[in-house]
Amino acid sequence: MSRVLMSSADVGRAVTRVGYEILERNKGAETIVLLGIPRRGVPLARRLAAQLARTEGAVPVGSLDVTMYRDDLRLRPARALEPTEIPPEGIDGRTVVLVDDVLYSGRTVKSALTALDDIGRPAAVQLAVLVDRGHRELPIRPDYVGKNVPTSHDESVRVLLTETDGCDEVVLARQEG
Amino acid sequence: MQHLLCAADLSRDEATLVLDTAEEMARLTDRAIKKLPTLRGRTVVNLFFEDSTRTRTSFELAAKRLSADVINFSAKGSSLSKGESLKDTALTLEAMGADAIVVRHSASGAAHRLATAGWVSARVVNAGDGTHEHPTQALLDAFTMRRHLGELDGRSVVIVGDVLHSRVARSNVHLLARLGARVTLVGPPTLMPVGVETWPCAVSYDLDAHLDEADAITMLRVQAERMTSGYFPSAREYARRYGLDSGRLAGLPDHAIVLHPGPMNRGMEITADVADCDRSVIVEQVGNGVLVRMAVLYLLLGGQRDVEEER
Repeated sequence: MSRVLMSSADVGRAVTRVGYEILERNKGAETIVLLGIPRRGVPLARRLAAQLARTEGAVPVGSLDVTMYRDDLRLRPARALEPTEIPPEGIDGRTVVLVDDVLYSGRTVKSALTALDDIGRPAAVQLAVLVDRGHRELPIRPDYVGKNVPTSHDESVRVLLTETDGCDEVVLARQEG
Repeated sequence: MQHLLCAADLSRDEATLVLDTAEEMARLTDRAIKKLPTLRGRTVVNLFFEDSTRTRTSFELAAKRLSADVINFSAKGSSLSKGESLKDTALTLEAMGADAIVVRHSASGAAHRLATAGWVSARVVNAGDGTHEHPTQALLDAFTMRRHLGELDGRSVVIVGDVLHSRVARSNVHLLARLGARVTLVGPPTLMPVGVETWPCAVSYDLDAHLDEADAITMLRVQAERMTSGYFPSAREYARRYGLDSGRLAGLPDHAIVLHPGPMNRGMEITADVADCDRSVIVEQVGNGVLVRMAVLYLLLGGQRDVEEER
């Protein structure tokens, strides 16, 4: 059982709108650094960066792997690490926008905040997600949301992106068993 | 991966995972705060029955960069020098709650015994056992070569010197062959082990014949005690036939790199000018050793062991 929540066009429009919201909230993109959380936050951050670049000039974009900072490491086998690439401008004194595909428990974002501590001191940290599916376990909220989706725990939200999966789509699936 | 006992045990995928993980460790530690919280609350014991300051320090730094607690047991001035058996030492460490034991021992197979005898529940990392294996050295050598040469498939690696007494050579041959490299061992016939023809490599006694094909050349240390025990006529004779000097360096392809597991005997297996030249990556190997050991400790201790064992 699965249902398409967002088509390719929906994903495109959501990313565009989030891009404008980032500009509006920050009054431009001068101090913005976009950091995608692997894996699918990274292509989303690149798309936002490309969009901001069209009106505001180049915006630093990178990736932040939070595996080494997770609080659930002991609950699963050791995972392969994904790339962390901090733009040469650094994050000190800048506004970091963390970008991820799905916001769920909030634990990934918490780990990302911890990881940022070791990299520098941003002026502010904001959070952009393509899908907010609720069920937070921590006091964390997104600043920019592509789509709010009410879900239950036994459902899963799968985000597919052209860069990683060959097409853009968001699917809600009920887990088997 | 449950333990790291021999390079020969590693599949190509496992070895590549370690090297890729080390690559990420390089990025994560290339900044002001080098410490990661990943192994907070875990205890890593360095159990060194043989002295090896550089290997022990490298493991200690790797564990500390991952926020593990580190305890050093060395032979000198401890119960190890009072004749305590490996088993009793292991039971002591188990009682203290060690999560990983990094062991260096003069007997081949000591790490394997420690891991499989049922004395400890800790993960075991072999940091050199007799003349058998030294897997993290092989991993760091492969990591260093890969950084300079790219993927090792089809690359030619020449390893020169005292293969007979070298655990580094054995581990390197198995790992590099697994990663697709062509390995040639070069040294005096007296310093080749029995059975070397069954290893996945070529064997030669003539260094000059293999210089022009080498993408990387590893010079093994000639230990001082070997120099007087009849394996070769004299140190000078050895250096003349198997030492790497500037003349031989010129015979290598332009992109070839020079490695040495250290500590070096300058003037013996490698001349000072070659050791310090821009194609020598010997100092870089030390830094890479920490990254590779971080990767190994993370992969062994980073997850939950029960889950992994069920798979």
